Amino acid sequence: MTEKTYREALTDALFLEMRRDENVFVMGEDVVGGTGSPHAEPGFVGGVFGVTGGLHEEFGLERCIDMPISEAGIAGTAAGAALAGKRPVAEIMFCDFMGLCLDQLMNQAAKFRYMFGGKATCPMVLRTTYGAGMNAASQHSQSLHPLVTAIPGLKVAMPSTPADAKGLLSTAIRDDDPVIFFEHKTLYTISGDVPDGEHLVPFGKARMVSEGDDCTLVATGRMVSFCENAAQALADDGITCDIIDPRTTSPLDEDAILDSVEKTGRLVVVDETPPRCSFASDIAALAAGEVFSSLKAPIKQITGPHSPVPFAKELEGEFVPSPTKIRDAVSEVVNFK
Amino acid sequence: MQLAREELEQAYKQMKTIREFEEHLHREIMTGSIPGFTHLYAGQEAVAVGVCENLTEADFITSTHRGHGHCIAKGCDVIGMMKELYGKADGLCKGKGGSMHVADMDVGMLGANGIVGGGPPLATGAALAAKLDGKGSVAVSFGGDGSCNQGPVFESMNIAAILNLPSIFVYENNRYSEHTHCDYVIASESIASRVEGFGIHTVKANGFDFFEVHEVMKELIAKAREGNGPCAVEFETTRFYGHFEGDPQNYRAQDELKNDRENNDCITIFKDKVTEAGLLSDDDINKLDEEVNSLIEESVDQAKKSPLPNPEDVTTDVYVSY
Repeated sequence: MTEKTYREALTDALFLEMRRDENVFVMGEDVVGGTGSPHAEPGFVGGVFGVTGGLHEEFGLERCIDMPISEAGIAGTAAGAALAGKRPVAEIMFCDFMGLCLDQLMNQAAKFRYMFGGKATCPMVLRTTYGAGMNAASQHSQSLHPLVTAIPGLKVAMPSTPADAKGLLSTAIRDDDPVIFFEHKTLYTISGDVPDGEHLVPFGKARMVSEGDDCTLVATGRMVSFCENAAQALADDGITCDIIDPRTTSPLDEDAILDSVEKTGRLVVVDETPPRCSFASDIAALAAGEVFSSLKAPIKQITGPHSPVPFAKELEGEFVPSPTKIRDAVSEVVNFK
Repeated sequence: MQLAREELEQAYKQMKTIREFEEHLHREIMTGSIPGFTHLYAGQEAVAVGVCENLTEADFITSTHRGHGHCIAKGCDVIGMMKELYGKADGLCKGKGGSMHVADMDVGMLGANGIVGGGPPLATGAALAAKLDGKGSVAVSFGGDGSCNQGPVFESMNIAAILNLPSIFVYENNRYSEHTHCDYVIASESIASRVEGFGIHTVKANGFDFFEVHEVMKELIAKAREGNGPCAVEFETTRFYGHFEGDPQNYRAQDELKNDRENNDCITIFKDKVTEAGLLSDDDINKLDEEVNSLIEESVDQAKKSPLPNPEDVTTDVYVSY
């Protein structure tokens, strides 16, 4: 174990996987930075969030490819290279920019295997950032995991800790299906113990963050730590919670969630997206349909409002679910009569 | 014309197979036994075959919604294709793809595509894979005059150019983007003149003449294999049927199709050239026609007899593992 940031853990995974398999390569806007500049040597960026930094020194510009600002081209090139036997790890700087490449994800990569009768594989990873918290406003702050989770053929990972960042990215790169990999941009600087060497976290296996008796909290990414904060405050009131981090929204560890709700009888789902057709509503529907008779209170969904993500601190703060809102929601369901 | 006799026979047989495959579908669709949307390639055969006769199984192609010709030309199994179009369980794609998604990874056919400009980005990726592997393979994207107006196609050409990829962009200008004339929807003087703006070596050629297609492509593909970067071709061509089967085609001139069939039929042009030059005889041609006809008959016969998919298979092959 070594203490690493979320960013360092991701970089660690990329180094290890690129060493392990020469078919793995990274591509994206400024993943190296400075390629072709007459004024600088390539490599001073390493991805705008620094995740691909240093890779080109070991693997060369052939496997660390700076791409033009062409998201459809990036996603399509990755999908085509994957179809032709490579394992590209493409970076789309902000998931908001998936709007520019959705055809290549939704109609191409996601569907090859099915449309072609099971005879094609598309082992690509599309790394992207998501989430509010940096006052980046409406086109650089969205959490669009529900959009891609809804598309059969894609897998969706969203690590919440440095250890999971490494383990899930390594798994994503080795996976034979296309994976959309969501990195929360406020988590890059958090630190935690990360296993040294090979570390694989399986998809579809939730992480039990904490165990309790009174309520089940389900959250991903940044919202996991918000739930932990809320749970600490609730413990002072004698209320204990199961906190479940699904790690991957597709495939989804339904059993972990349902078993927990059967035990606690209460469910609060937290997600920093608008509420409609969201990951939160999906989990709520799952529990309502499968373990209705175990429920002692209505299911609560703590999400953003049905609005774009705003810019100003006060507005953005209102948009994002807070530990206080989570705590209040748990208190409400626990005290439901 | 420097092709060996076997090469001429192969080229003719491939073009004729595409033609008869499409003519059969045109007749059969009227009976209602072919489900879904079908876009026929008849009329454009010289392009698909002229290109693909310069490729090997290690090379890649991507195609469009009008993809049957490209699939056959690249070596997809004709019987498996016919079964697929009839929606049968043992079709090339198990009845899950249909006309617009025929593919066969084993022969480097990365798929027909329901998105007209969906292929070029994928072919660019395949070309990148080919470059990284360094074995001299190339990737050809087929597209029509309609596809050339989709943004991802521009992005692909730029990426292929800056990364110096072995990509060949083939544009088959059959004059109509669905039901709208190419002169209206393409702002530049031609597709070729636009592509040149990406710094890509581009030529315009006659897509009615197999020999011209074959010769142009032979040179371009050889250059791409040698690491000289991408290139593009705009072929003038025509489709003998509508955008889709059932299209009344009232956007075409009254005698346009008749004229095309009489004067611009690439198969007739091929036949006339090889027989006049004494390279193949009428008997040779007739023999090849018989082979093609029996293959198509056999494919239809098998397709009709093949089992329907099992409804339970609706969820198989979504993922490798899940």
